[in-house]
Amino acid sequence: MSLAESITSLEGKFPILAKREFRGETTLVITREQIVDICRFCRDSLGFDYLLDITSIDNFGEEPRFELVYELSSIATNEHLRLKFTVSEDEPSAPTVSAIWPTANWHEREIYDMMGLTFTGHPDLRRILMWEGYPYFPLRKDFPLAGKPSEVPEVAITKAAPLEGGPFVTLPSTATTKDREPRARRFEE
Amino acid sequence: MAEALASYDSKIEGNIIFTRLDAAINWMRLNSLWPMPMGLACCAIELMAAGAARYDIARFGAEVMRFSPRQSDVMIVAGTVTYKMALAVKRIWDQMPEPKWCIAMGACASSGGMYRSYAVLQGIDQLLPVDVYISGCPPRPEALLEGLMKLQRKIAGEDSLYEQKRVLIESFS
Repeated sequence: MSLAESITSLEGKFPILAKREFRGETTLVITREQIVDICRFCRDSLGFDYLLDITSIDNFGEEPRFELVYELSSIATNEHLRLKFTVSEDEPSAPTVSAIWPTANWHEREIYDMMGLTFTGHPDLRRILMWEGYPYFPLRKDFPLAGKPSEVPEVAITKAAPLEGGPFVTLPSTATTKDREPRARRFEE
Repeated sequence: MAEALASYDSKIEGNIIFTRLDAAINWMRLNSLWPMPMGLACCAIELMAAGAARYDIARFGAEVMRFSPRQSDVMIVAGTVTYKMALAVKRIWDQMPEPKWCIAMGACASSGGMYRSYAVLQGIDQLLPVDVYISGCPPRPEALLEGLMKLQRKIAGEDSLYEQKRVLIESFS
């Protein structure tokens, strides 16, 4: 089944909020409630047998704040499909898809660890990079690059790192590389 | 190094060497530094290169990489110390018997390096006393050997007997 046919059959079966194409990549915007049904259909009927990645985006200052992105792939036909849905800050959780693709287990643990979104029905939702008891979610936009002090006795301590005029970031703009290049810039709190 | 610390004339003295006890102890220590290879990142690759045939850290008596802290004299912290790893490093350091020394190998172990971040300890010297810092990202094996020789020079000048056996010596008097 080609990708176009797959998308047509998806659109016939589920309400799709939006469909975007960019450089040959197809993105379907769906709702949070349907992620499990759509993923199961994609795996069982459309041949998307491999989940490449799940990532999260923090659109800080917008509502809904978070966005989850699922990268589906078919090993047999080498087709890719991207699923997206938004998650509001008031209810920062989503249903797990780890029953469909076991690899989602660790992807979802990473998102929980770094972004603080929980996954309902996840069999083992622990932090995966930071340690148990670390109180922050470091990839959120309101978390400073330097970090915050914390202490879990006998496990780990953290301090804020000296940024010395930083953080050293690249500005998103169309200026030349010389103007955009990473240098010490104070960002407004 | 041996000439500077001890005088020896085989015709006159036979099997006897006259030297200071401090100098003899230091001479033995500095020529058999057993490292605890705390390899945490890419610096550990250079540490391995320093141990291999071309650079041959055995020339300086430090080839015996001990993976048990109880048998180690010098901890070579080679790599990025994350906060998650930091207290484990400290624990291994605490398990090493005195006298012990520490080499911070590379930018990360010395100061956090390029990782000005929430996840990285900004220098291992915040947790344990460092004797020698080695610059580089990662340092070449020659730099590690230079650091090791600096540490040997430092040990040669230490007041080993009195400082480290103070309680024992004071109990005699």
